[in-house]
Amino acid sequence: MAFAGVDFYQLDTLLSEEERAVRDTVRAWVDEHLMPIIGDCYVEGKFPKQLIPGLAELGMFGANLPEEYGCAGLNNVAYGLIMQELERGDSGIRSFASVQGGLVMYPIYAFGSEEQKKHWLPRLAAGKEIGCFGLTEPDFGSNPGGMITTAKETKEGWILNGTKMWITNGSQATVSVIWAKTGEIKDAKSIRGFIVPTNTKGYAAKDQKGKLSLRASDTSEIHLEDVHLPKDAILPKSGGLKSPLMCLTQARYGISWGAIGAAMACYDEAVTYAKTRVMFDKPIGATQIQQVRLADMLTEITKAQFITLQLGRLKDAGTMTPQQVSLAKRNNVSMACDCAREARRLLGANGILAEYHSMRHMANLESVYTYEGTHDMHSLILGQEITGLAAF
Amino acid sequence: MADTFAFVEARGGAIRKVAFEAITAARRVADASGGGEVHALAIGAPGLRAEMEQLGRFGADRVTVVEHAGLERYSPEVFAATAVAAIKAGGYRAAFFAASALGRDLTPRVAAGLGVGMASDVTAVDLSGDALLLKHPVYTGKAIATLRLVGSPAVVSLRPGAMAASEAPRAVRIETAVPALDPGAAHVVVTATEVSAAAKLDLGEAPVIVSGGRGLRAAENFKLVEDLADAFGNAAVGATRAVTDDGWRPSADQIGQTGRLVSPTLYVAVGISGAVQHLAGMRTSKVIVAINRDKDAPIFKLADYGIVGDLFEIVPRLTDAIRKIRAEG
Amino acid sequence: MKIAVCLKRVPDTDMRFAVAADGKSLDLSGLKFDMSDFDGYAVEVALRLNEQQGPGEVTVVGLGPDAVQETLRKALSMGADRGVHLAAAEVPFDGLAIAQALAAELAGQGYDLILFGRVATDTGNGMVGPMTAELLQLPCVTAISHLDIKDGRGTAHRELEGARETVSFPLPAVLTIDEGIARPRLPSLKGIMAAKKKPVESRPAALGPIRLTVDKLELPPERAGGRIVGEGPDAVPELVRLLREEAKVI
Repeated sequence: MAFAGVDFYQLDTLLSEEERAVRDTVRAWVDEHLMPIIGDCYVEGKFPKQLIPGLAELGMFGANLPEEYGCAGLNNVAYGLIMQELERGDSGIRSFASVQGGLVMYPIYAFGSEEQKKHWLPRLAAGKEIGCFGLTEPDFGSNPGGMITTAKETKEGWILNGTKMWITNGSQATVSVIWAKTGEIKDAKSIRGFIVPTNTKGYAAKDQKGKLSLRASDTSEIHLEDVHLPKDAILPKSGGLKSPLMCLTQARYGISWGAIGAAMACYDEAVTYAKTRVMFDKPIGATQIQQVRLADMLTEITKAQFITLQLGRLKDAGTMTPQQVSLAKRNNVSMACDCAREARRLLGANGILAEYHSMRHMANLESVYTYEGTHDMHSLILGQEITGLAAF
Repeated sequence: MADTFAFVEARGGAIRKVAFEAITAARRVADASGGGEVHALAIGAPGLRAEMEQLGRFGADRVTVVEHAGLERYSPEVFAATAVAAIKAGGYRAAFFAASALGRDLTPRVAAGLGVGMASDVTAVDLSGDALLLKHPVYTGKAIATLRLVGSPAVVSLRPGAMAASEAPRAVRIETAVPALDPGAAHVVVTATEVSAAAKLDLGEAPVIVSGGRGLRAAENFKLVEDLADAFGNAAVGATRAVTDDGWRPSADQIGQTGRLVSPTLYVAVGISGAVQHLAGMRTSKVIVAINRDKDAPIFKLADYGIVGDLFEIVPRLTDAIRKIRAEG
Repeated sequence: MKIAVCLKRVPDTDMRFAVAADGKSLDLSGLKFDMSDFDGYAVEVALRLNEQQGPGEVTVVGLGPDAVQETLRKALSMGADRGVHLAAAEVPFDGLAIAQALAAELAGQGYDLILFGRVATDTGNGMVGPMTAELLQLPCVTAISHLDIKDGRGTAHRELEGARETVSFPLPAVLTIDEGIARPRLPSLKGIMAAKKKPVESRPAALGPIRLTVDKLELPPERAGGRIVGEGPDAVPELVRLLREEAKVI
């Protein structure tokens, strides 16, 4: 049976025909190609890279970028719906698409030269190149401005040195957008972006092992040791910490939608289970405790849907602020974590099995809660927005 | 008082059971209208005429047999033109066909050729004043519609097996006629009829699924399940997760929470206890049959029909019974 | 080739199904609509034929209220070239009335093939395709599971009860498509955007007279469940009898 979504307030009526069509295409793709294999991928700790051509063929990478670069040219609500549907399948798959589109294609589009855009974007959209985004370092997570990766200018070009960590797609990537300081270590304004083909000498990536979350996604460490790059490797329009932060706003926007997808998956599974699982001669859905769980989930999902749809409309109107994205990311991921945990509990012992989805989402969402600005960092961003006073 | 028409479907020179059902329906409407005659039409290769006597048993008053060496196989154009001509000539109140593979092809052409209304895949027939009231499953069987069909003749195709043929013996007159169109002039030609088990059906598409679980004890015993599926002719083979995990069947055959979600017309669960994971994948099946040795197995709570006992004895018996029914057609 | 595919927009009743207060129609509240399943296969067949056999044009034709245009655009987003909307306040249950409107639209347009799904998933009638063929006086093969087109002739397979027919026919022709022939593609995101720019003409449907209507719509009897027919192989005849006479599935 196909996934029907969760739409208690007829939000579909606020979507355009093509927004719904995009959502339905991705939903059907996830049902057909991802759901049958994701449980096994997760248990085996394997990213299902065989799905990349299919994702690309439907146009899911950088779908909100213009058609002239081989992209679908969708609006941001449609882009958000793609993220929602992919994460309904698995946060790892959504992360893959988020990174490719929001963190690799977007900075090339926003900060790249015309030559860079023409070269890289169609290849990335077609899945012929796989990208990753190197910002976070072992000692600089929430504080990326403190990074110590450097890019030294030479007569021929640039030499990069440093280490990046928690890099999604790191070991799969054929091209990496690396952020490094071109000036003094203290000078966050000197942060610039570089396009680094991963087969460049001195570039090495290795997977981080032992993850208990996002197991169907590759997370890697990147080592840069005297990586020589030509002059035109720099993203000419990047400048200062705000450039990578703009990328993060893109990715966080997608995560806000994605988290709803994960929550919907858990809610859907919980409802089906509650109606069919019989205990003490009646479906467990006929008990008060499970009904409260389900009512809470539906309420929180519905609220998140409203916030996020309006966020998308603001983004399409060009008036969305990063703080609004922080609120949505913070609320939605936290909400999805709660839904996943409650759904897992409702499923009883079956809920710990990989053939059900809630526990996988529950474990995944702990990463989503933590990455792209932790829940707490977003609290502080909002706190600063409210009071005008920085607490970090 | 009005006469009615019934089309006699034959294959390989033998009358198919659905023909008797069409005659029974035609008899019923003729009687309900105050007692008219039932006229039947049979089309096929020479030799068909010898079969026609038995039609009187179900209430046919007259049979017109159209024999032609070029009509060993179905010819859509010749059959349609011949039926249209016969129905026009007879001035019937209603004309009944089978909603079989042949009938689903033929009947709409005949109705369009006559320029009259038609109801298809009908499960019950009633005459009410100037209309026929007909039951017909809609929304893939989720509901039953009562249809009102006005005009004469009313053309109806009957779901095979939905209305059993009943005996109402008559002295049947057998006449012969020629096809309304020369079979040699037909554009659409059936060049081969291959009698075989249907090509391997997809689980999502098969009207019948026969599924096996751990109760089969070993991979090689899936032969029993395959044989039963083969007997149905329109069945696919499914399996539980336990079975695919053990490599008895390919994982693509798995039905359940993580496998395929199916809702065939008929689901036969063989040696499946009914873990909630499996039930999630097949509970929307229209009719569920369970065969299991444990009478307390959860599958029996869901199944419409269950047999408790040794599947190794029960399944071969069921396979034989289904084969026999299908051979009778 | 110049191919027309006739599409029907139908409610998706997998999730919820209820009869409306009038007792004879479907309660549409909360229902989503989509292209009838078999029609998706017909679109796929048309697209593949033209992909394999060189350039052509695929026209999709839908009859009904304005919302039908959304279903036409789904086919356009899969790759069809243009849409024709035959406007009618509602789609009648009567197949011949629909076939007459379609025949009026399709006649004399030079289509090499006119494709239909084998049956619509709402009415379950399966009659509009062959009726349209008869009205247009075109060769027709129904419920095909395989198709080859070569030198102006086609070869198709159709499944019978326990047998398979191979059918040869000349073009132009009307075909109705069974599932399994070619899995319909998903509309790509670019296809969805491109579909907005493809032409959809709308004109009134010339429906024929209505002779078949719905008097009543009711749910089938509830599933009893949990019925044990008997024990051991001796219960088989009774099971078979129930499957034939009560459940009516064999």
